[in-house]
Amino acid sequence: MSEVVIKVENLKKHFPINEAIPFKKSTQSVKAVDGVSFEVFKGETLGIVGESGCGKSTMARLINQLIRPTEGVVEFKGKNLATLGSKEIRSIRKSIQMVFQNPYASLDPRKTIEYLIAEPLVIHQIGDAKSRKKRVIELLEVVGLSGYHAERYVHEFSGGQRQRINIARALALNPDIIICDEPVSALDVSVQAQVINLLKDLQRKFDLTYIFISHDLNVVRYICDRIAVMYLGKIVEIGTYEELYENPKHPYTKALLSAIPKENPFDKKERILLEGDVPSPVNPPSGCSFHKRCPHAMEHCKKDIPAFVDLGKTQKVACHLYS
Amino acid sequence: MSDEILKVENLDVHFRSSASIVKAVNGVNISLKKKETLGIVGESGSGKSVTATALMRLLPKGIGSIPNGKITFNGKDILSLSDKEMRDVRGNDIAMIFQDPMTSLNPVFTVGDQIEEAVRTHQQISKKEAKLKAIEMLKVVGIPEPEKRVKMYPHEFSGGMRQRVMIAIALSCNPKLLIADEPTTALDVTVQAQILELMKSLQEKNDTSIIMITHDLGVVWEMCDKVIVMYAGNTVESGKVKTIYDNPLHPYTWGLLESQITKNTLNGNKLPAIPGSPPDLRNPIRGCNFADRCPYAKEICKTTKPEPIEVEEGHIVSCHFQTKSNRLERKELVYIE
Ligand SMILES: Nc1ncnc2c1ncn2[C@@H]1O[C@H](COP(=O)(O)OP(=O)(O)OP(=O)(O)O)[C@@H](O)[C@H]1O
Ligand SMILES: Nc1ncnc2c1ncn2[C@@H]1O[C@H](COP(=O)(O)OP(=O)(O)OP(=O)(O)O)[C@@H](O)[C@H]1O
Ligand code: SF4
Ligand code: SF4
Ligand SMILES: [Mg+2]
Ligand SMILES: [Mg+2]
Repeated sequence: MSEVVIKVENLKKHFPINEAIPFKKSTQSVKAVDGVSFEVFKGETLGIVGESGCGKSTMARLINQLIRPTEGVVEFKGKNLATLGSKEIRSIRKSIQMVFQNPYASLDPRKTIEYLIAEPLVIHQIGDAKSRKKRVIELLEVVGLSGYHAERYVHEFSGGQRQRINIARALALNPDIIICDEPVSALDVSVQAQVINLLKDLQRKFDLTYIFISHDLNVVRYICDRIAVMYLGKIVEIGTYEELYENPKHPYTKALLSAIPKENPFDKKERILLEGDVPSPVNPPSGCSFHKRCPHAMEHCKKDIPAFVDLGKTQKVACHLYS
Repeated sequence: MSDEILKVENLDVHFRSSASIVKAVNGVNISLKKKETLGIVGESGSGKSVTATALMRLLPKGIGSIPNGKITFNGKDILSLSDKEMRDVRGNDIAMIFQDPMTSLNPVFTVGDQIEEAVRTHQQISKKEAKLKAIEMLKVVGIPEPEKRVKMYPHEFSGGMRQRVMIAIALSCNPKLLIADEPTTALDVTVQAQILELMKSLQEKNDTSIIMITHDLGVVWEMCDKVIVMYAGNTVESGKVKTIYDNPLHPYTWGLLESQITKNTLNGNKLPAIPGSPPDLRNPIRGCNFADRCPYAKEICKTTKPEPIEVEEGHIVSCHFQTKSNRLERKELVYIE
């Protein structure tokens, strides 16, 4: 087995709700991430899928140290991040970079591209003005743009080009791992493919590890080695892409996969239509949090939280049907 | 044909912007029958929403105009109706659902109030009857406990439930034509599957014709009988869904189909991708709009616009080299990084 880059154990993030109820302190919270454990190995792409609000972005922010966990541990190459001093954290931050969904919002329109890409180098006091400029041009070329783009401003670039700029920025500090939070969701299909190819290429060139967050199951299947399926702040199933797509075990994974629109007009799809909506993460259902929508729910699913069960090689599932 | 409900011929839409004219839509043709579903696909900015807005005659006054074209709906010449007549058509015969269910509902009124208002502007019924109708409509679109839900506000509903409410409002007048502009783009796949299923069953019941605007080919395969592929304001190809899948002819359609990731796209292989990005419509384009990205482009493509040609029955393509007598030889798309 290759080196573990990120290890997450029983990670929780509960956001307290500030309700304006006089004389009563609110004890309610949004259980955005609620007890998640997994490992990410060097050089792999781990996908995280799940519906809106299931906690994908919150998990990304926890790993990247943008927010602190309520409970649980994040380790980077064996070091527990909670026990490190600020200097060490700073240096580890360089190694964990992020690319966000919205290529339009994440870049300051008043700054040149050169400024934007060099910014992480300036913050971490790397090199002088001349060497930074050289590095910017190198990075622009790496992501398929040109040196002359350095003088330009964001509004002169299309969505796909802006996402390339974001990727160049994330690469500036030679990270070990890049967390991509819906990096192609805002792009057109014909441009999505360009950016996905770029990400794959860079991974090979620089031996990068990715955590790839997306709600597009086809994209995740295509780009990832292993995939974790989240529902209401928890991972319900994890495995290689073959295991999950060829042989999904958890009833939620099955429903999710069956909901992918047809591949072609002749495709006959058996749909598992789920009842109702995803419940609120403030009061998640007791026991298995999927039991209200699960076609296989049993009596004890309402009471007992299902534990993770090993199903052989790398596939794990949290469901009473398999325990 | 007698059961043709909508016919659009050579529709152009222009916008006046500060310095120039944006030719947002050029020569779009649509033919839609009763109970048929037409898909309009294409990338961002290709003119899908503008086409729909023009059909509803809701273009911004003084900015958007229709310099050319004819729209015939249910035998009526839409472009020659008075504003009042058009309002009647919009309320009773054509309804529209938008992409973002949050911005299209009014946050300060209850969901029930908004359905009642929609019902009462088109039907002469009492307030009490309208209330009952609102509850019934919520039930029809599958919202549990509708008696309670009518009294709630939009922010108390999830995205999927709000889109159901929009569908309830759109269908409350039993329209002959429903225009749905990316109705599921903002929703999760499991909720998307529910909403598409709902639209199909309501169409079946009421014989509604649907125009489904989307950038997701999967939704087209799922829902549509016919499809129009748009690129930079032009219809590049149109025809029956099965024809477009089996025998696509326009180089942009080829690129679109190939760069789509499906479950058959092998993990690990490189994706074929169309190089470059769509043109800026503020600058006039003389030739084919796809020329600067097209691997088959020749000199003529830069100077002369290709005309739409019916290459086989109902299958229309706009490309200089895809005609009745002439065919391009399809090559594999290059792999772009
Ligand atoms: N700062 C915050 N304060 C309170 N609640 C929050 C905060 N950030 C996120 N949440 C809540 O936590 C839950 C998980 O949010 P998160 O953004 O992680 O979801 P996600 O899986 O990324 O969804 P999406 O696919 O829509 O991006 C949601 O219910 C969200 O409303
Ligand atoms: N009010 C307006 N003034 C000027 N130009 C406009 C206006 N509305 C739309 N346009 C232009 O018309 C073109 C087509 O826009 P349209 O909204 O129809 O695209 P679309 O295909 O619906 O894209 P999307 O998938 O992003 O919704 C775009 O270039 C857009 O900038
Ligand atoms: S534990 Fe029970 S309710 Fe949960 S997914 Fe399994 S069968 Fe369904
Ligand atoms: S007309 Fe020319 S540029 Fe346009 S699609 Fe055909 S070959 Fe390509
Ligand atoms: Mg998110
Ligand atoms: Mg649109």
